Amino acid sequence: MPRRDDIHKILIIGSGPIVIGQACEFDYSGAQACKALMAEGYELVLINSNPATIMTDPIMAQRTYIEPIEPKFVEMIIERERPDAILPTLGGQTALNCAMDLSKSGVLEKYGVKMLGASAEAIAKAEDRQLFKDCMIKIGLDVPRSGLARNTAEAEEALKIVSLPAIIRPAFTLGGKGGGVAFNEEEYRKFVQTGLDASPIREILIEEYLAGWKEFELEVMRDRMDNVVIICSIENIDPMGVHTGDSVTLAPAQTLTDREYQEMRNAAIKCIREIGVETGGSNVQFAVNPKNGRMVVIEINPRVSRSSALASKATGFPIAKIAAKLAVGYTLDEIPNDITAKTPACFEPTIDYVAVKIPRFTFEKFKGAEAILGSSMKSVGEVMALGRTFKEALQKGYRSLETGVAGLDDKLTNISDEQLRQGLITAVPDRLFFAKEALKRNMSVEEVASLCQIDKWFIYNVKQLIDMEVKIAAAAQIDAEFMLEIKRYGFGDKQIAKLRKSTEMEVRKQRLALGVKPVYKLVDTCAAEFEAYTPYYYSTYERTDESIASA
Amino acid sequence: MAKIAFADGLVLKGKGLGASGITHGEVVFNTAMTGYQEVLTDPSYAGQIVTMTYPLIGNYGVNTEDMESRKVFLSGFVVREASEIVSNWRCNEITVDEYLKRNNIVAIQDVDTREITKHIRTAGAMTAVISSGDESNEELVAKAKAAPDLVGRDLVKDVIEQNSYIWQDRGVYNVVVYDCGIKYNILRQLAEAGCRVEVVPATASSADILARKPDGVLLGNGPGDPAAVKYAVETVRGILGKVPIFGICLGHQMLGLGLGGKTFKLKFGHHGGNHPVKDLATGKIMITVQNHGFCVDIDSLGGDRNVEITHLNLNDGTCEGINHKHIPAFSVQFHPEAGPGPHDARTLFGRFCALMKEHKK
Repeated sequence: MPRRDDIHKILIIGSGPIVIGQACEFDYSGAQACKALMAEGYELVLINSNPATIMTDPIMAQRTYIEPIEPKFVEMIIERERPDAILPTLGGQTALNCAMDLSKSGVLEKYGVKMLGASAEAIAKAEDRQLFKDCMIKIGLDVPRSGLARNTAEAEEALKIVSLPAIIRPAFTLGGKGGGVAFNEEEYRKFVQTGLDASPIREILIEEYLAGWKEFELEVMRDRMDNVVIICSIENIDPMGVHTGDSVTLAPAQTLTDREYQEMRNAAIKCIREIGVETGGSNVQFAVNPKNGRMVVIEINPRVSRSSALASKATGFPIAKIAAKLAVGYTLDEIPNDITAKTPACFEPTIDYVAVKIPRFTFEKFKGAEAILGSSMKSVGEVMALGRTFKEALQKGYRSLETGVAGLDDKLTNISDEQLRQGLITAVPDRLFFAKEALKRNMSVEEVASLCQIDKWFIYNVKQLIDMEVKIAAAAQIDAEFMLEIKRYGFGDKQIAKLRKSTEMEVRKQRLALGVKPVYKLVDTCAAEFEAYTPYYYSTYERTDESIASA
Repeated sequence: MAKIAFADGLVLKGKGLGASGITHGEVVFNTAMTGYQEVLTDPSYAGQIVTMTYPLIGNYGVNTEDMESRKVFLSGFVVREASEIVSNWRCNEITVDEYLKRNNIVAIQDVDTREITKHIRTAGAMTAVISSGDESNEELVAKAKAAPDLVGRDLVKDVIEQNSYIWQDRGVYNVVVYDCGIKYNILRQLAEAGCRVEVVPATASSADILARKPDGVLLGNGPGDPAAVKYAVETVRGILGKVPIFGICLGHQMLGLGLGGKTFKLKFGHHGGNHPVKDLATGKIMITVQNHGFCVDIDSLGGDRNVEITHLNLNDGTCEGINHKHIPAFSVQFHPEAGPGPHDARTLFGRFCALMKEHKK
């Protein structure tokens, strides 16, 4: 099916100012969409209050409004420009909320503006917690168990459904005063009482407590012929309870068997269909109980999200660009995969490296902010690193953070055992550094994993880094083969120099003399199954180089 | 230390994995990011050395539920990094290394698997040896050259169970599965669709199959060159038109051959879980699981107006499914049962049941 010809002029809503939780990723997705739609010959009108974005470059749209992203301003623009359609799914939550307001107030209907990507109904289903939950139960997907109680008897009934541990939240109180997490029946009864007392309407919400569960995300795309593909799976290293924007995450998922991954894939597909996101990308989040594998759906973002930007860069699949094309009526099989040129965009990228995302925090700039992670995002940026192993990507990522570390360094050698223990059990930003220090103090992989509730697979990889450090320090000399092995663990020359009591320049000289140099491998969406035409590389230490010298 | 040496002279050094010794086979690459256990136990890989393109293999260990057959049938295994630790609540704490040792499979890790993939992609599937011994590169390359490739080889007889057996003893439809190296997930899917499932070896005759009074026959997957398994094609011809037939992978190729078509060898085959296939009747696209080196030639069936092409591979336009217009028989090149890979095509088991229902009337 070709593109829609019933629309000619499209209004795109940007994401506005850069704030914590909504940064340049939406400029990236918005700019991608503008380029794609412009190339299709549509007339574009853009609103974004942030003039410092790429999206607001004059060439990105026929007309650009630097105005506040608020319904009344957008209405004025609609009145003046009379667009046929509005595309609200590429500018983050701000754009989505604004479009929803315009839909609810009847502005879109008044001016005959069609909503592309997701309908108001779909957005409502995704955003309203209860509606979402009802939808998931309707299609047979598991969600966190919960119940409402207005007295102790109802709370006892609710406990039978929810079971412990449970989180008790009094209704209509600021900051959840009076509630808490109950791990035993005694605590439960206590929080039920204090919760009921604290709530002005004597009502409490009781929900299954998922802290410590593993968290996963799937990036899903759907076209108007109902073809659905998964672009990328993402595993959060930090457990549930830490905002995914603040988690160290990696793609693809590492600790799911195919059976579990496919179950998650099926659930994500059911979810996007039931919510009714007609075209474009969505992000579906899952929690998995590491003890028994029970999987629950947490939420769906019916739009291009922060994770979409990560997934795009991690796989080479341009989610925002394709989402824009799907929004105007193309189907996935009609859009070529830019990288392979010969195969269609209707496929699921497969990658042959690991992408690690690490958040960047600047607590020092926010006096009074507590350096503890929770359900609201606190990081101000992030890095993504690609490597052929998790160890390599992780160390590259930390090195790129510009926080003074050259990799997973020893920066906590001076803390007491008690501080170390606290660091492990608290959701602090640098938990893997705490894990490393604990392992160096002879704590077992299992103990560290259970204290910080991070999968032991990741902790074991940290241990392998420590073992390698010991080998580097102890080696009589480093030959080419050993140097390559060290590099495959992601160690930079600076780290090696410290372990060898040498200098970075000296190690570099030695390494080059041994002929150990990085090679460049392609990000090609297909693990080398097809020839790739887009030059998009990452460095690693392997046998063959794929880069082509341009001069 | 271990080496993998290709027939065309390429030799890569790595570290030994699994059993020590030497092994040979035709090298293919699989692009699935999950499901190495299912790949290892898929009988269709007999005679082949499988390179996993995803670099980290073994993270979630091995479990007892995800077996695709009774043991490991592939000839060798190549990975970038095999995990030393396993983490998953279903696994039984066995690493891939240990699992390969127990199954006496020679494997190699710490090699540039992307280089191997590109090599196969450009030069085509070729034979190689993996050795943990101290042979010279020249010796190993000579052995790789001498190793048989898949063309003309009947590997089916090496992987099948010798006797027939009942997988599920009750069901709405009585399905006889013609075993050429069947994956358990096909049997699981049939059972789930409500079929009584009986498995007969590929050595069974058409008379033997028909004597079991099946409502339908499933022609299963299996290893090697379909044209080399002439007896199986004979059996297929013997049941064609007498009972509803559903072919999967090698079973699809056998149906193609049975209907008078031809098969040919693909340059490096399709092995993975992300291949888009279009259902020509509905226009819908399924992301499918694929594992085949041979393919039914569309043109060879083009002359037969009774046979229609039902599915196409969107990556390379090859034939992914056929249907006979007048006799109850259809088949697909991909794996609707999945395991590993997406479940998009599982509805085909329902289609098979519908065909049996219609034919039963």
